[in-house]
Amino acid sequence: MIHAVEVDHLSVSYFETTALENLSVRFAPGQLIGIIGPNGAGKSTFIKAIMGLIPAEATSIRLLGQSAKQARTQVAYVPQRSAIDWDFPIRVIDAVLIGCYPQLGLFKRPKKHHRMRARACLDRVGMLNYADRQIGELSGGQQQRVFLARALAQEADLLLLDEPFVGVDAGSEGVIIDLLRMLRDEGKTILVVHHDLSKAADYFDTLLLLNRRVISVGPPQDVLHADLIEAAYGNPLAFLQKVEVSS
Amino acid sequence: MTIIDFIHALTEYDFLQKALVTSVMVGIICGVIGCFIILRGMSLMGDAISHAVLPGVAISYLLGINFFIGAVATGLLTALGIGFVSQNSRIKNDTAIGILFTSAFALGIILISFLRSSSDLYHILFGNVLAVRPSDMWMTLAIGLIVLGAIFLFYKELLVTSFDPTMAAAYGLSTRLIHYLLMTMLTLVTVASLQTVGIILVVAMLITPAATAYLLTNRLSRMIFLSAGLGTISSVIGLYFSFTYNLSSGASIVLVATALFSLVFIFSPRHGLLRKWKSKKKELTT
Repeated sequence: MIHAVEVDHLSVSYFETTALENLSVRFAPGQLIGIIGPNGAGKSTFIKAIMGLIPAEATSIRLLGQSAKQARTQVAYVPQRSAIDWDFPIRVIDAVLIGCYPQLGLFKRPKKHHRMRARACLDRVGMLNYADRQIGELSGGQQQRVFLARALAQEADLLLLDEPFVGVDAGSEGVIIDLLRMLRDEGKTILVVHHDLSKAADYFDTLLLLNRRVISVGPPQDVLHADLIEAAYGNPLAFLQKVEVSS
Repeated sequence: MTIIDFIHALTEYDFLQKALVTSVMVGIICGVIGCFIILRGMSLMGDAISHAVLPGVAISYLLGINFFIGAVATGLLTALGIGFVSQNSRIKNDTAIGILFTSAFALGIILISFLRSSSDLYHILFGNVLAVRPSDMWMTLAIGLIVLGAIFLFYKELLVTSFDPTMAAAYGLSTRLIHYLLMTMLTLVTVASLQTVGIILVVAMLITPAATAYLLTNRLSRMIFLSAGLGTISSVIGLYFSFTYNLSSGASIVLVATALFSLVFIFSPRHGLLRKWKSKKKELTT
């Protein structure tokens, strides 16, 4: 079987500190996968490393059965909200249109059918009415949906989302998770960096519990065990809170 | 002297025509490049590269080559040096900029003082648009066309690397290459602006019209055209004041750009001060 993500012996260090150590995982395609762990566990680092955005050591990183370099136009990335300048002079529709850029060569401009695709993607996330707004005029949840529309426009088979529910109201969170489930059912593989353990069992098919190394990986009911959570979070107080909420 | 006299002088004096053509071109290209500079948070870098051109100009005089070549070389070397220092030490980017551009500028001052009279240094630093030679005008026009052509061709890449550099890098676009492309254009624009506004004030022509346009629109394409337009208006009105009252051309142009910024800062229908106050009042009453 071709794995959506296949990582062997991945290590990342910044100067003297080790962010990820000897991490090996495989994810089958067509799943909604949650990456959980405490702050500083290396969740975002993991995503950036498999995309080849930061220097990393690994014996092998393969995405969708190809090298990370070959696969990169088929991988869509949705950044943390804090990574975007929301005052940037760009309209919602133009932000979605950027999703078509990876398929356009140098010097090529988006054509009418790209604009149509961008509008269709915006429609799918229920944001077509906001097409002409500046991106900063939207709520956190709406902004996240626009970036999801951009990932759709990219027609990628692997989606990587970094903390998509931060600063998002409960209603939008529901809309986003429904969309992600729909995409999963279409056969796409979706990796989500997530910090809220309470919903993890509910949202994801597979969980990867990280703290610089793999603590546990598998179906949520296997991963969300008291001893594993404690191994990842270290703090018994945090562990008590998490388990109460998650049970 | 009235505006009609100025127009009359324009038809009469060849040097004034050249000054006008040159400063309008400078207004346009500074306005266009400036949009990307301010959106990428690189205003300080713009200041740095423009100063770093000075030693290149001096060396070119020394070697008897076109000052354009030396200027681009030292401008780019400084940009590379800033990148190298901030990536290979714990020194932050703005500190690296501060160290390297002042060093380049200081070196330039010493080299120039060996070579030329102080009045030449003064003109390089502050511009003297009324002394534009035909060769200067043609060089400015050529640089203008190259820069505008490059922006047109790389618009998509400049947009995505400014807005979401992580995504750009993720799909395989070299953000570093685009950065140095922009730095190259920045040195070209500085060289083109030497005669009009000079090294010290060119940063104002890069930032002020672009910032004014930024307060007026929410679309990058419109911002670029507005910024070019505001740069042009500043150049023409500034030249008028410079010619009429015998003022420094660079300083006059920059102050006109500042006046336009102040107007927009207060009255902009979208992001102006008055609008902000009004919406705050509304919030308080409801």
